[in-house]
Amino acid sequence: MTLPGPLNEFLFGVYPYICLAVLLLGSLVRFDREPYSWKSDSSQTLSRHELKLGSNLFHYGVLIVIAGHFVGFLLPEKLVYLLITPTQHELLAMIVGGIAGLLALTGMTILIHRRLYYRRIRGNSRKWDITIVFMLWFQLALGLTTIWYSARTLQTGDFEVLIHYVQSIVYFEGGSAAIIQGAPWAYQIHILLGFTIFLVSPFTRMVHIWSGVGTLAYLLRPQQLVRKRGNTVSEPQRVARVRDDVEPGV
Amino acid sequence: MKIRAQIAMVLNLDKCIGCHTCSVTCKNVWTSRKGMEYAWFNNVETKPGIGYPKDWENQERWNGGWIRKKNGKLELKQGGRFAVLAKIFANPNLPEIDDYYEPFTFDYENLHTAPELPTAPVARPISLVSGRTMDKIEWGPNWEEILGGEFDKRSKDYNFQAIQKDIYGQFENTFMMYLPRLCEHCLNPACVASCPAGAIYKREEDGIVLIDQDKCRGWRMCVSGCPYKKIYFNWVSGKAEKCTFCYPRIEAGMPTVCSETCVGRIRYLGVLLYDADRILEAASAENPEDLYQAQLDIFLDPFDPDIQRQAIADGIPEHWIEAAQQSPIYKMAVDWKIAFPLHPEYRTLPMVWYVPPLSPITSHANSGDIDSASNGLPDVRKLRIPVRYLANLLTAGNEPPIVSALERLMAMRAWFRALQLGMPPDPALLSSVGLDEATAREMHRYLAIANYEDRFVIPTAHREETENAYQLRGGCGFTFGNGCDGIDAKAGLFGGKMGRRKIIPVRELDDAD
Repeated sequence: MTLPGPLNEFLFGVYPYICLAVLLLGSLVRFDREPYSWKSDSSQTLSRHELKLGSNLFHYGVLIVIAGHFVGFLLPEKLVYLLITPTQHELLAMIVGGIAGLLALTGMTILIHRRLYYRRIRGNSRKWDITIVFMLWFQLALGLTTIWYSARTLQTGDFEVLIHYVQSIVYFEGGSAAIIQGAPWAYQIHILLGFTIFLVSPFTRMVHIWSGVGTLAYLLRPQQLVRKRGNTVSEPQRVARVRDDVEPGV
Repeated sequence: MKIRAQIAMVLNLDKCIGCHTCSVTCKNVWTSRKGMEYAWFNNVETKPGIGYPKDWENQERWNGGWIRKKNGKLELKQGGRFAVLAKIFANPNLPEIDDYYEPFTFDYENLHTAPELPTAPVARPISLVSGRTMDKIEWGPNWEEILGGEFDKRSKDYNFQAIQKDIYGQFENTFMMYLPRLCEHCLNPACVASCPAGAIYKREEDGIVLIDQDKCRGWRMCVSGCPYKKIYFNWVSGKAEKCTFCYPRIEAGMPTVCSETCVGRIRYLGVLLYDADRILEAASAENPEDLYQAQLDIFLDPFDPDIQRQAIADGIPEHWIEAAQQSPIYKMAVDWKIAFPLHPEYRTLPMVWYVPPLSPITSHANSGDIDSASNGLPDVRKLRIPVRYLANLLTAGNEPPIVSALERLMAMRAWFRALQLGMPPDPALLSSVGLDEATAREMHRYLAIANYEDRFVIPTAHREETENAYQLRGGCGFTFGNGCDGIDAKAGLFGGKMGRRKIIPVRELDDAD
């Protein structure tokens, strides 16, 4: 898909940075200012129907997919190509990503059914809860569609275009939009929707992904936590706060 | 040795009349909110029964609490750290809201607005979860009140283990007791160890276990980790909530709401000193029957000068030590040994203890030869409530401590009855159960008279040491996060509002004509 230059530049050169900035700042602001709203928002208590299969399939599948994106796109190419050829790299991505993506898509399909079909869940869903599951479903479906394009162009190095694009964004290399110009539409829409999901994440339940990473601390934390009064705020901080609190002229 | 203090509770089941005042006042204060309609931080169950949530004592089903592994180490019954995290996407041990009950209200308005009908209008039940009319309420809070329902269902009660329970289904042999339940504020809490976010903690100064609402991410592992099922998932806020032991009241030296309002005066609150270094050792006792004694063993004598010195060194205020000396909990649990932990076999070292209830003598013992013990008291094994049942509930099946406690309670009663009737009581009555007159008088004062000052010995907290009250002025007190905003803030970037949950449409009063 070839877009007019300025539009292409905006969508693939500027928009990603807007999305990433909103994702990071938005998450930070929400974490700091609205911690009570920061949660996974589980609906398991309301209904356990279809959750075990749907949620596990989706989450485990999507974790592999995300890990694959990180490893596949962000590892330095030289390092990767010491071990495998570019074609093998692409094949690996197609097979592992394809299987994991299919699991995740199946899981998400079940979860969407669960969210819409059970009155208890649907009635207690926020608009974003429903919007985001559809966004994720389409993103997974697009991701799987790209496999078909990859398979058609296995030898031509289209896959490497993607790698270069992602790395140019992440490593601030500039000229990103030009790299992706003319790539198959499935890739392009997948990229745009992906960044859009980043964009809306801080305003949805997606923030629980950060905390999901945070749960790894559970593996190391002592089993029993005892809090001492006054632990949370150190003495100098507290004094400073009190001083701030005094209104001028009082 | 590391000495810590805990405000503990004892409930004298012998005097509980099952009026639910504790539950209702607790609900009014703490859980009369959206998302918590189904939650009762304090509830009163009629035993035998499967309880609330259904079958909560069956850890083969819910996998709560701890297990002792073959190597002597403790592990959560729901699994080690990796296993807990692996279950985070769908917790296989989580009760559904229907296991508690689907919260409901009634369409009272229909009683006012129904047109003239040949039959009286009815207020149909409406689910507070889906907002829909319910065909039939199939379970509710306290569904088994006063042995409601068939024996067949109630007898699934886990405490019937090792009991030939069939005979208790017969009218002549039936028995019941009340069991008020709240968070146990355990010394070795399984909820704390289950929380992937590290949001649950025990307070060092008074042992109260709380959930940090700003850190809770709603992973819901604590709900399944707690064997007493006393952590509730607020399905509106998405956070777990639990009994707070009314800590704002406790800090001010006031009893919890459930204790304050107990009309039967069955609740006691006081300080216990314990050795925090031996918690794990006590919780890891090999034989579950020894867990009661193991927990007793880590409680410390507040009259011992060495303990007092160490307690002060460990930062316990002096008036807390004084309170520990006057603690009704210490008297009942340690001195008189008439109070017991609820299900010590869960290995959480619970800190809400129970005095077992006496009950009438069984009809067959009553009608024929009363098999009385040598001191003129009836054999406590002939009471209607089987000793084994109480032992399964309170000592992991260890009967002798329960028998001893029941005998003491009975001897104290008999001795005072004789006094009241002007008959000189037999001194052997007390000595045969290991009591002396002074102790019996004290027991009578605490158990029968149960003055307010004796029941509640609660030292105030020292907030002034860590908090500057100046900062707190003009604050909004308790809120549900987000500063002084309510949870229902309509405008806001984050979270948003749940839709489609209109329970009963609001109508203007004057549009009736």
